[in-house]
Amino acid sequence: MTTGNTGPAPGGPGGLNPPAFGQASGPGGLTPPASAHGQPAIELRGISKSFGAVRANEDISFSVPKGTIHGIIGENGAGKSTLMSILYGFYRADQGEILIHGLPTALPDSQAAIRAGIGMVFQHFKLVQNFTVLENIILGAEDGPLLGRSLRRARDSLTALAREYELDVDPDALVEDLSVGHQQRVEILKALYRNADILILDEPTGVLTPAEADHLFRILRGLRDQGKTILLITHKLREIMETTDNVSVMRRGRLVGSVRTSETSPAALAELMVGRKVLLETGKAPARPGPVLLSAELLTLRDEHKVERLKSVSLDLRAGEILGIAGVAGNGQSELLSILGGMTRPGEKVTGRLTLGGHDLPLTGRGSDGKSRREAGIGHVPEDRHHAGLILDFTAWENTALGYDDDPAYQRGLLTDNQAIRDDTRRKMQVWDIRPPIHTLAAKSFSGGNQQKLVIAREFEQDPAILLIGQPTRGVDIGAIEFIHKQIIALRDQGKAILLISVELDEIMSLSDRIAVMFDGRIIGIRDPATTSESEIGCLMAGIAPTAEAS
Amino acid sequence: MRPLPKWADLVLVPLISLTLAALVAALVILSIGESPWFALTTMVKGSLMTASGWGHTLFYTTSFIFTGLAVTVAFHAGLFNIGGEGQAQLGGLGVALACLYIPWPHWTLALLGATIAAAAFGAAWIAIPAWLQAKRGSHIVITTIMFNYIAASLLMFMLVDVLRPIGSQDPSSARFPPEAALPRFNQIPGLDLLFPRTVPVNVTLFLALAAAALIWLLLWHSRTGFRIRAFGKSEGAARYAGIGAVKTTMVALLISGALAGLMSVNNVMGDAGRLLGNSAAGAGFIGIAVALMGRNHPLGVVLAAFLFGFIFQGGSELGFMTSIPIEMRVVIQGLVILFTGALDMMVRMGLERVFVRLPQAKAA
Amino acid sequence: MDYASVLQLLDSTVRLATPLLLACLAGLWSERAGIFDIGLEGKMLIAAMTSAAIAALTAATPTWALFGLDLTWAKALFPPVIWGLIAGILASIVFAMIHGIASITFRGNQLISGFALNFIAAGLTVLIAQSIFGQGGRTPQLAGDARFSPVTLPFTETIRRIPGFGPFYAEVISGHAILVYLAFAIVPLTWGLMYRTRYGLRLRAVGENPAAVDTAGISVVRLRYSALIITGILCGLAGAYMSTALQAGFGRDMTAGRGYIALAALIFAKWRPVAALWACLLFGFFQALALRPDIVTAIVQFRVPGPILDALPYILTVLVLAGFIGKAIPPRAGGEPYVKER
Repeated sequence: MTTGNTGPAPGGPGGLNPPAFGQASGPGGLTPPASAHGQPAIELRGISKSFGAVRANEDISFSVPKGTIHGIIGENGAGKSTLMSILYGFYRADQGEILIHGLPTALPDSQAAIRAGIGMVFQHFKLVQNFTVLENIILGAEDGPLLGRSLRRARDSLTALAREYELDVDPDALVEDLSVGHQQRVEILKALYRNADILILDEPTGVLTPAEADHLFRILRGLRDQGKTILLITHKLREIMETTDNVSVMRRGRLVGSVRTSETSPAALAELMVGRKVLLETGKAPARPGPVLLSAELLTLRDEHKVERLKSVSLDLRAGEILGIAGVAGNGQSELLSILGGMTRPGEKVTGRLTLGGHDLPLTGRGSDGKSRREAGIGHVPEDRHHAGLILDFTAWENTALGYDDDPAYQRGLLTDNQAIRDDTRRKMQVWDIRPPIHTLAAKSFSGGNQQKLVIAREFEQDPAILLIGQPTRGVDIGAIEFIHKQIIALRDQGKAILLISVELDEIMSLSDRIAVMFDGRIIGIRDPATTSESEIGCLMAGIAPTAEAS
Repeated sequence: MRPLPKWADLVLVPLISLTLAALVAALVILSIGESPWFALTTMVKGSLMTASGWGHTLFYTTSFIFTGLAVTVAFHAGLFNIGGEGQAQLGGLGVALACLYIPWPHWTLALLGATIAAAAFGAAWIAIPAWLQAKRGSHIVITTIMFNYIAASLLMFMLVDVLRPIGSQDPSSARFPPEAALPRFNQIPGLDLLFPRTVPVNVTLFLALAAAALIWLLLWHSRTGFRIRAFGKSEGAARYAGIGAVKTTMVALLISGALAGLMSVNNVMGDAGRLLGNSAAGAGFIGIAVALMGRNHPLGVVLAAFLFGFIFQGGSELGFMTSIPIEMRVVIQGLVILFTGALDMMVRMGLERVFVRLPQAKAA
Repeated sequence: MDYASVLQLLDSTVRLATPLLLACLAGLWSERAGIFDIGLEGKMLIAAMTSAAIAALTAATPTWALFGLDLTWAKALFPPVIWGLIAGILASIVFAMIHGIASITFRGNQLISGFALNFIAAGLTVLIAQSIFGQGGRTPQLAGDARFSPVTLPFTETIRRIPGFGPFYAEVISGHAILVYLAFAIVPLTWGLMYRTRYGLRLRAVGENPAAVDTAGISVVRLRYSALIITGILCGLAGAYMSTALQAGFGRDMTAGRGYIALAALIFAKWRPVAALWACLLFGFFQALALRPDIVTAIVQFRVPGPILDALPYILTVLVLAGFIGKAIPPRAGGEPYVKER
């Protein structure tokens, strides 16, 4: 495979082949200028990696010219982080070859990667919180058994680096006292101190404020201009568009395209990265929206680090409608769901107002937990069925009572009526076609789709007036997707109010009666799916809003 | 790697761990120049071949059921109560106060009163560590260890300065009145045919078995138990379901402390008839081994308690009948805890390898 | 209370604080590397028994031979007490390594492992002592060079004449076993190693965030085992001090919970070496007070029951744990086996 070739041609599943990529994907289609002058800094050839049955990376090939910023974009779970961990010697690829500056290089461990000049800034910083900046920087790269000399050298080179790249940070500050943005600078400095000339950043802006992110990108451009090669992994389109020279798109462990950033558009990238499933017509009737049931006003959530994750979100949810929340993962959808479903953590601060049928629902303290929400008539299919919706070690029938252990139908005097719960589970398994229909099986033994059906059966059958549904078909096989979609629509037709959160754009498009798009903790726009296009939603997801609405 | 089949995990892993512990114990006995086989036969003879042996074995079993259940309930909430010893001692104080200061007309009422007092005092002793764990995140293991020592000091103070009868030199309370004496098995019609001579085992054994049944009902047939287990398995799912972390932690630990306290009904009221220093005699710690061995299931706990009752009684028989010191039983307990509690991954990893190879062996 | 009583009290404070200090520093090394160790007690106990037993045996046998090879010359290299010390340290290291296998290699529960080892040590020490010496689980009384004798510091007699400080120097500072001075010297040594060397930096990092160490290309497992060896050595010193310096021989359960008090002191000191010294001196002072209730009565003017003094270190520790006296933040990775994350 020649330099610049972009791996498997896009247009595989679903036949998606946006114009920008069509031009770029042929052999030699992407030949960035720098590569003409020498070997690419990084070249991957046919990298594959599996964890058990999960294929995290499949036959990934691309190359990164020296002195460029190369973006890798894809949804959560697309395999980006695994790929980068392979590059950093944290995992070993099952197959494939890595070339650094043209030389085949084995990267059995992190030390080898460091020797090869690769530095990595992880999504979750690998810093020692109660060490000073200097101590963190020399850790593992000390000059001798005593620290004195190492610290002096690090201090000098830190001053030089700070001057060169706008990377100022107090060398004697404790890391735990630094802002997240400064902590990230420490990670970058760590890599530079080890003489890295290839820098990998994994989702670097996930925890940054916009101002900090802007500063980071200035730093990155400065580094590139000094000849460093930068790999930027992100799921944020805007960053790719603003910062990178070239971009590769990953989806479900595969590389679906590489292109020059100047030759593509956010909408095209968005469609490519979200992908398109073979979706059957949902064939739903027009909605007959009733009165407003659930009303949120200026909901704001600050996490334990005092970062605002949700910013003044207001929305109305009507009976008999599906309100879809679109957005790239991590833009506040989970936080919105956690407030509505009563799942906020003790350290999180929530403000705003939430009313159900005109009555206030508490946002904190007594009455704001999941049980109270259920009693108020809010059912909840959580985004993460492994850590919230189900207890994987519990049997299917025990999971049927999760959240509903107070249900009068499940009681027999002081004790629980386990037989009633089992009977109920057996019945649900039949109605919802959950396989295998063995109610004594542990939840972890079911496939993803059947696990999801266990959750949905439990929540739907409680007949709540309002239903919160997060990622209903994540990790669910095609057959079950269709079934789940039909059930959601059926529930709407019964007059229930449904809030649907999904990162699958087509799911949102085909199910929703109204679409709210979230970006950076806010609702950036509300659209009618009948009168909007996927590319318009894609622009909103990328944070590109018509000016009137952005204010 | 494939997970082990459930039966292997439930039965094979503890059995192999127990075998390993027994093997190491045999090596220890060999190395001090004694015969492991002779030691084993002595233990069996001394604990299971005579009425007196059974009387002692079942007496210890009774205490261990309580402390094993105590550890079990906390384990299900994902918490490690290492303070059973202190809670048991406080339970003993409760029993002594109830027996000494309330004039009971009959032992049945005294048993009821002492049971309530023991449970209340045991629960009270874990209340502070439990609250600190639930509200302030202070590690329950360290705080309960500290409370074990504080309990020992408190009891010593109570026995020396408060409860000691005037003129007595022993650090112990006065004897309980005869109305507060529980029937031993040799005093129970019917059972006295099996136990002709005085044995320590008493009616508290039935209380312990009832407690095991109740805890089984609690854990698997009640909302409280469901919440405790859900919280222990997945904090995220508990939050999703609206199961309060503070309340669940408190409830689980208070039940745990009450159970540990209850063991004092057996030894303080049922046998000693007065409160002595160090009344729990390590049973609180053995509860950890019992819970680990019993796989945190009340039935398993009852069986494991019997096993440890056998080790305890057989071990003291070793001390009497052979030149192997009585401390051998402490070594055995330690080894069982080590292999079942800390090295279980080793056993499981080994077994997984065997199970992976099995089908190949069949094919070959 | 007269000055002589004060000096007596301080003198016994130093004696009683020494095993606490050694055990506390032992715990510091292990916990700073991210391995909880409630097995300090057991390691002290096994070391105390082994030291006393080997010292007694070496003193009692005129010659050494192994497989017919005469090794008497080797025996003559050290006095019996040193052979005892070496053996005690080795025994303690063996226990530390079992803890390592359980908690590092097999990622078992560190609390249960430490707890089990305490049990095993409590039984095994009596078992071995009984089978060797047949004296009810005790070792014979040690005397002469089978025991650490007090060291009289230079110029003691000269300085003693200085009023005030002189008697303090002679009674409290001078006249302890060499291990006491060693223990106090290990405090700055630990501090220096921990805060001024590459090894210390990596060790502290592995207890706070093993992923940071792993991504820097350093072996987490090797670092943690090395810390446990240091823990073993220090617990060995503590145990040897108990049976061959503080006392003259091993007795059943002679450490009497000191391993747990050391743990309490470690928490009280918030896992810092110099603070550990002060914490151990404080807890040693409580122990010394508990031995002299008459002094306490004289000071507070009413009779304080001994058990309350015994309980003071534990009550203080609970208050620290509760966050009422400063916040005790343990090493962040403590107790968790390190598994490379995906």
